[in-house]
Amino acid sequence: MLDTIRGSNLLTLADLSRDALVEVLDTAESFVEVNQRAIKKVPTLKGRVVASLFYEESTRTRLSFETAAKRLSADVLSLAVASSSVKKGESLRDTIATIDALGIDGVIMRHQSSGAAQQVSRYVPHVRVINAGDGLHQHPTQGLLDAFSVRQVLAQRRGTTGLESGSELFQGLRVLLVGDIRHSRVARSDIAAFCALGAEVRVAAPGTLLPDEIAQWPVTVSQNFDEALEWADVVGLLRLQRERGTGSFVPSLSEFTATYGLTVERARRLRPSTLIMHPGPMNRGVEIDSRVADLPAAIITRQVTNGVPIRMAVLYLTIAGSSVEVGQ
Amino acid sequence: MTSSNEPLARNAGGGFVEKSRLLGADDIQRALRRMAHEIVERNTDLSRLSIIGLQKGGEPFAVTLAANLREISGAQIPLGLLDVTFYRDDLASNPVPTTSATQIDHDLTDRTIVVVDDVLYTGRTIRAALNALSDWGRPRSVQLAVMVDRGHRELPIRPDYVGKNLPTAQSEAIVATIEGVWIGSLGEQHA
Amino acid sequence: MSSFLLRQGLVVGVSTFIGDVLVQDGQISEVAAHVEAPSGVKVIDATGCWVGPGFVDLHTHLREPGREAAETIESGARAAAMGGYTAIVAMPNTEPALDNVSLVSYVLDRGARTPIDVAVAGAITVGRHGELLAPLAEMAALGVRLFTDDGMGVQDSLLMRRALTYARPLGVRLAQHCEDDRLAAGGSMNEGVVSARLGLVGRPALAEELMVLRDIELVRLTGGAVHFLHLSTARSLALVIAARNEGLPVSGEVAPHHFTLDETACEDFDAVFKVHPPLRPVADVTALRSAMVAGLVDAVATDHAPHAPELKDLPFDEAPAGMLGLEHAAALTYEALGGQTSDPSQFFSLMSRGPARIAQLRAQDRPLRHGSHGGDLVAGDDANLVIFDPTIDWTVQREALQSRAMNTPYEGRTLHGRVRTTIAKGELVVHEGQLS
Repeated sequence: MLDTIRGSNLLTLADLSRDALVEVLDTAESFVEVNQRAIKKVPTLKGRVVASLFYEESTRTRLSFETAAKRLSADVLSLAVASSSVKKGESLRDTIATIDALGIDGVIMRHQSSGAAQQVSRYVPHVRVINAGDGLHQHPTQGLLDAFSVRQVLAQRRGTTGLESGSELFQGLRVLLVGDIRHSRVARSDIAAFCALGAEVRVAAPGTLLPDEIAQWPVTVSQNFDEALEWADVVGLLRLQRERGTGSFVPSLSEFTATYGLTVERARRLRPSTLIMHPGPMNRGVEIDSRVADLPAAIITRQVTNGVPIRMAVLYLTIAGSSVEVGQ
Repeated sequence: MTSSNEPLARNAGGGFVEKSRLLGADDIQRALRRMAHEIVERNTDLSRLSIIGLQKGGEPFAVTLAANLREISGAQIPLGLLDVTFYRDDLASNPVPTTSATQIDHDLTDRTIVVVDDVLYTGRTIRAALNALSDWGRPRSVQLAVMVDRGHRELPIRPDYVGKNLPTAQSEAIVATIEGVWIGSLGEQHA
Repeated sequence: MSSFLLRQGLVVGVSTFIGDVLVQDGQISEVAAHVEAPSGVKVIDATGCWVGPGFVDLHTHLREPGREAAETIESGARAAAMGGYTAIVAMPNTEPALDNVSLVSYVLDRGARTPIDVAVAGAITVGRHGELLAPLAEMAALGVRLFTDDGMGVQDSLLMRRALTYARPLGVRLAQHCEDDRLAAGGSMNEGVVSARLGLVGRPALAEELMVLRDIELVRLTGGAVHFLHLSTARSLALVIAARNEGLPVSGEVAPHHFTLDETACEDFDAVFKVHPPLRPVADVTALRSAMVAGLVDAVATDHAPHAPELKDLPFDEAPAGMLGLEHAAALTYEALGGQTSDPSQFFSLMSRGPARIAQLRAQDRPLRHGSHGGDLVAGDDANLVIFDPTIDWTVQREALQSRAMNTPYEGRTLHGRVRTTIAKGELVVHEGQLS
C-alpha cells in the first residue's frame, strides 16, 4: 500500500491507501481554482517534458491529459502511436527507449494490453509513468475523477467543500456499478477508489459480464437490479463495448438494454438525490437512455470537466518533486 | 504550528527543535497594530487596498492585519489568500509540497496589494508570489509586510513593513505564529 | 574413448551405496564399493555427491529449424548438458513443424553432432494444425517414439481417437498438451481472482482437466498410450494417477515451474512468467509437490521454451508463452523433494528413469539411434551419467546460462544443488560445473 503518489508512478489505484487517494483529491481542489482563473496556467512543471503515448486512440482522455500538462507549463511530446508506424508487435522496450532518448520526465500511457504501463515503468525507472488506461486492468485517473466529482457534489449539497470533508462523505456511501464490469478498467479503478475511501460498492450485470471470482472482490453482487437502483446513492454506468454486446457475452444489445440499461422507467426508481456517472463515451440508448443522460442527476459533464484538475494533480504529485529524500 | 523556514518543503516533516521564544502573543499583536498604522500612513487611498496573505504561514497575520486596518480606517479592506506552491522555483529539487487553497474573490487590477507573510528569508517565496499575482491581474503596486525579517536574502527583495528584524544564522530556524516567535534549529538539517 | 573413475560418490543404482563407478570405452565397466583405478584413468572425486544415470528431458523446445535466434539444437544441447541431461526429446513445434521424415532426420542428424542424445518427438498432425494425421509410421521407423502437437492439444476428439488407434500397433505413445482451446481462448494466465484483478483473460483449470479426462477415456476406448505433458493442476494429476492405477497405458509429467511458482508471479506483468498451461494457485503447486514426494509422478520434464528477449518484452497478452528449464530443473526437483531430506532414488526416478522409460530410451527398449539412458548403473550400461552435488548453492544469472535465450523465471534466485559432472556418450561433457 502506498500512502502517497508523490514521486511515484501511477499505475493502479489498487495499491493506494485512503490517505494517498485523499491527497490527490485535495490537491485537485487547488487546481480547480487554477482552472477558474482568467489565466489557467501555472509555471509548476516549466522545463519538464511529458510524453503522451497513446497506443489506443482516446480523444477525450488524451486531450484532458495534455491540457493538464500544458496548464502546468510542461512541454508535451504527443505521440499518436495508434495511428503511427508503431504497431502491435513492437517491443514496448524499444518504443519507450526511443522516447526516453529525447529526455522525458514523465510518460502518460494508454495501451490496449493490461499491464503495459507497468512493464514500461520497469524499462525506464527514472521516468514517472502515468497509466491512462491499460487493457482491462486499470484507468486510475478515471477512478480518481469519479471519486472527486462525487465528493464535490456531495460537499456542495452539505454546504461544505471537498477539501474540508476529506474522505468523510464516502463513509457508507452506496455506489452501484452497472454493466460490463468484466471488461472494464474503469470499474476496476472505481472499485479500488470507492472501497478504499470507505464506500460500499455493489455491482449489477449479466453473469457473463461479471469478472471471475467476483465473490472474492470487496463488493456485493446485486441479485435484483431494480432494488439496487433504489439502494444506490451513486450509479456508475459503464460503456458496453459494442463488439462484446452481441454474441457470446449477451444475446443482443437490445436484451442488454432491456435487462441492465438505465432506461427512463428505471431512472424513476432512483431517489432524487442519486447521482448518475458515466465515463464516456456513452452508447446512448444502450446502457443509458438519452433522456436519462441529460437529467440534472447525471454528473457526466462534470466528470469531463474534473478530468483536467485531477490530471494536473496527478502530474504535479508524481513529477514535480525530485525523488531525493530530505536531508540528502 | 506553522513554521516558516525556507525552503518550505524542508519543514514539511517538522523537526523543529526549539531554543528560545523571542516574542510573545502580545508582542505580535502590538507589532501588527503598528504595521497597520504604517500602512494607513503610507497609502492615502485605502479603497484601493487589498491584503493578500501567503499560504499557510502568512494567513493569520493577514487576517489580523486586515481587521486592524478596517478598525483604524473604517474602510472595507478585502482579504485574499494565495498559495504560491505552483510558482516555486525549487520544486524539482525538493519533495512535493502539499498545496493549500488560493482564495482571491476580487479583481486585483489597479489595486495596491499588501502581501503578508510570516518570515522573510531568501525572498524566493515572495518572488513566487509576485509571479502568481501577475497571473491574477495587473496591480497598481505591491507592498510587502512580514512579521519577521531574518536576513539572508538571495533576491533583490525588501519588506515595506516589518514586525521584527531578527538577524539569524543560516543554521537556525525561525517559527512565527500568531502566538509568538521562536528560534531553534531543524533537527534533520545537514544530515 | 576416455576412461573415468568416479570415486566415492553416493551411487544411486539398484541399491544406494557409497562407492566407485568405472567408465571405460563408453560403457560402465565396474561398480563397487572400491574399484582400483587402472592406469591412465581420470579419477573424479564424487565425495558427498550423488552419482546416477544422466537426466532425460521429455520436453525440450530447441527452436531449430525456424527460430534459431532463441535456441539451436547445439545451444539447447549444451544447456541440457549443463543441467545434467544426457538425453532430451526435441519437441516438434519448430517452423516448419517436425511432421515428416526429412525434418525429423534433420534434427536427428544435427542432434547426433552434439555431445548428448537428441531424440525427436514427431507431430501428430500435419503442420500441427490438428486436421490431418502426420505420417506416424514413417517417423516411427526412424526411431520416433513420442508424438505430440505440443504448444496446443489435439482439439478434435475424433482425430485424437483415430491417432490413438493408429499409433497403438506402432508401439509409440502420443503426448498431449492438455488445454481446450475454446475454454482457454485469449487467455494469458490462470483464470481466477488474480487474473480478474489484473484484467488479464484467464485460462481456466478446467480447460486442462477436461482434455485430460477426454483423453483418459479415449485411451480406455482405443488402448493407445498417452503421455500427459506438463500437468499443472491437482485434479489433472489425480485423474492421471487414477487412470494409471486402473492399469491404463498413461503416464504424466510435471514441469519445474508448475511445482515451484504460482499465479501471483504474474502480478508484475512480467511476460517471463507467461506459460501454457499457466502458473496455478498455490494449492495446485502444493499438490504437485506432494505427489512428487509420494512417488506418484512419472517424470519431471522441463518444457524448456526459449524465446528471444524482444518477444518477452511484448505486452503480457501478446508475448509468447514459455520459459527456460534445462539448467535449473535438477535443483528445483531436489528442492521440491525436500532438499536435504530428499530421497536420491526418487530424484533419479523423476529426472532420469521415469522419463527414459516413457521416451523408450532404456537399454531394454533398444533405442534405434541413441545410447541407453535411465539405467540402474550396472556394468554394460552405456556411460550416460551425472554427478549431482546437493551441497552447492548457486544463484541463477540469465547471462550465465548456456541457452541462447534469457527467459528464466528464476533470475536472482538462489538454488540448492547443482550438476557437477555430466558424462554423455562416454565422454566428459561437463566437469566441475563447466562445459568441457
